[in-house]
Amino acid sequence: MRSYKEQIIEPVAASDLLPTVRNMKAEGYRMLQICATKVSEGFEILYSFDKDHELTNLRVTIPEEEEVQSVTGEYWGAFIYENEMHDLFGIKIVNNELDYGGHFFKVAEPTPWNPKN
Amino acid sequence: MGKRTIIPFGPQHPVLPEPVHLDLVLEDEVVVEAIPSIGFIHRGLEKLVEKKEYTEMVYVIERICGICSFGHGWGYCASVEGAMDVEIPERAEYLRTIWHELSRLHSHMLWLGLLADAFAFDSLFMHCWKLRETILDIFEKTTGGRVIFSVCKVGGLRKDIDNETLKEIVDTLKGLKKEIKELTDVFITDTSVKNRLCGVGVLSKQDAIDLSATGPVARGSGLVQDLRLNGPGVYHKLNFEPVVEEGGDCYARCKVRIGEVFQSIDLIEQAVSQIPDGPIDVPVKGNVKGEFAVRLEQPRGEAFYYAKGADSKFLERMRVRTPTNMNIPALVKMLQGCDLADVPILILTIDPCISCTER
Repeated sequence: MRSYKEQIIEPVAASDLLPTVRNMKAEGYRMLQICATKVSEGFEILYSFDKDHELTNLRVTIPEEEEVQSVTGEYWGAFIYENEMHDLFGIKIVNNELDYGGHFFKVAEPTPWNPKN
Repeated sequence: MGKRTIIPFGPQHPVLPEPVHLDLVLEDEVVVEAIPSIGFIHRGLEKLVEKKEYTEMVYVIERICGICSFGHGWGYCASVEGAMDVEIPERAEYLRTIWHELSRLHSHMLWLGLLADAFAFDSLFMHCWKLRETILDIFEKTTGGRVIFSVCKVGGLRKDIDNETLKEIVDTLKGLKKEIKELTDVFITDTSVKNRLCGVGVLSKQDAIDLSATGPVARGSGLVQDLRLNGPGVYHKLNFEPVVEEGGDCYARCKVRIGEVFQSIDLIEQAVSQIPDGPIDVPVKGNVKGEFAVRLEQPRGEAFYYAKGADSKFLERMRVRTPTNMNIPALVKMLQGCDLADVPILILTIDPCISCTER
């Protein structure tokens, strides 16, 4: 078993995200989480997966205005993270199967992690 | 098809200590769909990394939750230590493991009490919480706190436990084990308890995989998924196997937690028998530059911590994803087809922690 100390973070182009996630689902990976980070280029989105207690991460970097495809078609439970990224960062997610339309988190100001919006 | 009715469940409900809302779509008294809503107590704690230095942030992270407080502190410190390439002393790893297992013990005893309360077995509820007090007394003696301990820091620990006290803890737990056995036998054998749990809220193994269920929910559906097999601490030096049940129902999830109560006592005994003497911390200086993701098996399941620094005393990003986040999709699945009367107990069997989920 690969030690948890060995970190794998693979950069993936936004256009390759869905096929990559689909392959990982077929290979038996469980989705662990998705989180966004505001960076100068726009957003870094980290997708984390587990297989046999080994952690693998995919990193997608997108400009602020670019949309990102939802992975809820492969991992339905991702709706939680995608709605969170939309409400807190203003990231545009396309085809989220359970889209709360900006009402998942009750926030005092819109997109608090990206206040320029 | 019967007439469909939508019943709002929560955010305030007697069985919920914290606010979560479910729209339950019913046909007669059977749930056909459940739509969850959270966000009532979102505090934006992750964003405080912009204002708190990485050494101070541990106090914030510990306050995410009052039950898994120690684990959150540990997970945060482990992620920052990973990003800074800091190795902590072996004694500190042992002590973190011991406090973490004590936390699991008190969390599961608390949950068993809440479950008993949910099906109105009040004497069982009070006995569970009475035994839990003994664990809280150990926390108070070793850390000074009963809920928030503040013993974890980046680079190790703030407090040691002397070897005599460690032996006392083991003796206390040996005495407690007998009492817990008598109590948990009621959950396992009592007909009235089994009537409320057996066959209720079944989650198949495949659904547990597809929906990324975690912790006792996943293990209750037959998944051998326990991050103690590959994570921080000294679990790799201890002899243990994950507690797994195949039933997938509320009863199976209850049995997993009962098994883990005794497993935690055993792990603490093993850790105390092996713990080496030595320092409990190393000096940590400088800024955080780099990133690190670490997972920890909390009492409710797998928690994920991600720290990213950009050569500053303030982290660029701190991510905490808690077990309840992962178990909400599984809960939605389990609720489909259950009776309305079973909804409160079914929700309890994922041991929801909304404070953790919302952060």
